[in-house]
Amino acid sequence: MTATRVSTYLAPRRRLRLAGLLTAPVLWLGLVYVVALAALLITAFWTVDAFTGQVRVEWTTENIVEVLTEALYRTVTLRTLGIAALVTVLDIIVAVPVAFFMAKIARPRMRHLLVIAMLAPLWASYLVKVYAWRALLSGNGLIEWAVAPFGGETPGYGIVGVVLTLSYLWLPYVVMPIYAGFDRVPDRLLEASADLGGRGWRTLTAVVLPMIRPAIIAGSIFAFSLSLGDYITTTIVGGSTQMLGTLVYDNVGSANNLPLAAAISLIPIGIILVYLAAVRRTGALRSL
Amino acid sequence: MQLGRVARWVLGGITTVVLALIYLPLGVVFLNSISTSESLTWPPPGFTLEWWRRAMHSEGAFEALGMSVMVALAASAIALVLGTLAAMALSRHRFFGKESVNLLIVLPIALPGIVTGIALNNAFRTLMGVQLAVWTLIIAHATFCIVTVYNNAFARLNASGTRLEEASMDLGAGLFTTFRLVTFPHLKSALMAGGLLAFALSFDEIIVTTFTAGTGVTTLPLWILQNMFRPNQAPVVAVIAVILAVVSVVPLAIAQRLTAKDAEAVSR
Repeated sequence: MTATRVSTYLAPRRRLRLAGLLTAPVLWLGLVYVVALAALLITAFWTVDAFTGQVRVEWTTENIVEVLTEALYRTVTLRTLGIAALVTVLDIIVAVPVAFFMAKIARPRMRHLLVIAMLAPLWASYLVKVYAWRALLSGNGLIEWAVAPFGGETPGYGIVGVVLTLSYLWLPYVVMPIYAGFDRVPDRLLEASADLGGRGWRTLTAVVLPMIRPAIIAGSIFAFSLSLGDYITTTIVGGSTQMLGTLVYDNVGSANNLPLAAAISLIPIGIILVYLAAVRRTGALRSL
Repeated sequence: MQLGRVARWVLGGITTVVLALIYLPLGVVFLNSISTSESLTWPPPGFTLEWWRRAMHSEGAFEALGMSVMVALAASAIALVLGTLAAMALSRHRFFGKESVNLLIVLPIALPGIVTGIALNNAFRTLMGVQLAVWTLIIAHATFCIVTVYNNAFARLNASGTRLEEASMDLGAGLFTTFRLVTFPHLKSALMAGGLLAFALSFDEIIVTTFTAGTGVTTLPLWILQNMFRPNQAPVVAVIAVILAVVSVVPLAIAQRLTAKDAEAVSR
């Protein structure tokens, strides 16, 4: 039988077996993904034929120069960075007390339930959650109904809506690593601090926070990088707010200028790489 | 930890409120799908099943559902094959560049969806010069689904060790027989879980999808996106949103059970 013969041939040949296993997945990911990423970089230096709308292979730094010098891109980059930073900070402020309660105060049974309750919404569709916020934020939605008696009104579709929705979307991603971080702080240390006279607050700032900093940074990576590239949320609850993602999408779709879109997409890629390099030293990447 | 009673209650209160706020929007979508208000007014003036009835007769939504299932099945199938191969290579062999291969598998979901989306869009249209279609969408989905299958298979292979496989080979079974009778049965539930996760991931994906689906290719998330801004469609979209949420949660719940059960079996 052929299968037996192949098997006998392969059995002592480890390298060959490894090659057999690796070839297909590496070829797929290499050809489909790595080549695509490299091509994206190259396309940013090409141009578009003004008449046909086709991408033309003509080397130019026009797109890069345009992205770097035009005020529009600077404004949108700063706005996107601001939104991503605000979302990250909001999520951390909410996540720290919740994660602390889950890890250090709740009893084991309760803790188990809380972890499940926190993780379950991650499974519900991303689009459905954004859609839910569109209904919440609308002029006759739940938020308007809830704050109107106090003289308030819904923030509506705009930057505030985007920040609220993105914070909502990424909150569980931020809570979970911080929860794991608190969980790794041994109770003995907290007791030792208390024995040495440290009150609750002192223990928190002098013992616990330094220990969970990598976990907080790990959580921030999710919130920050996911916000940076988002454009669906902006489209649905952002009104006319432009973010880097919407600029990229408009240039792929209606404007049909792939080289310019590629050049714009290098901005979030660059920011994320800088951010990752900056947090690498804190050891946060290992606690992802 | 030494914490005052008040502090405990405050922290517990915050946690309760946050959890309630996490579930509130999902509940609102469901209530909107049975509300008599056409413009999603809160509070719902009354309840009706009219939108569910109408959604059941919406041809566009059903076609989109079929498309989503087809794409998710195809993408998961490809991801199952490639993910298993990669997991077997990385768990059973030591070689130069192992870290890079690992990074390569994770990269498609580590980078923001928009980067993956535009990179693939550009590769298909500019590099290969083809029109976007169903198969471009399937290739894109398969690419970011590999990691879920890989993670599950790799964890299982690492946990089960090589002793059984070695015993099988010592007893004279060939490579394929060992895989069929020893490795695969052990791996089966992990692959099932990984495949379900891949299915759910693909079923729900919207960002990469908008960049790689051809004209006329409408998945369920794309259908929702296209109909969301039409005023008279609002309640029907809510119905489809509920369906999308449920359909993407079920495979994940099953996958979770599968992994939990086996984790017990392994630790026993």
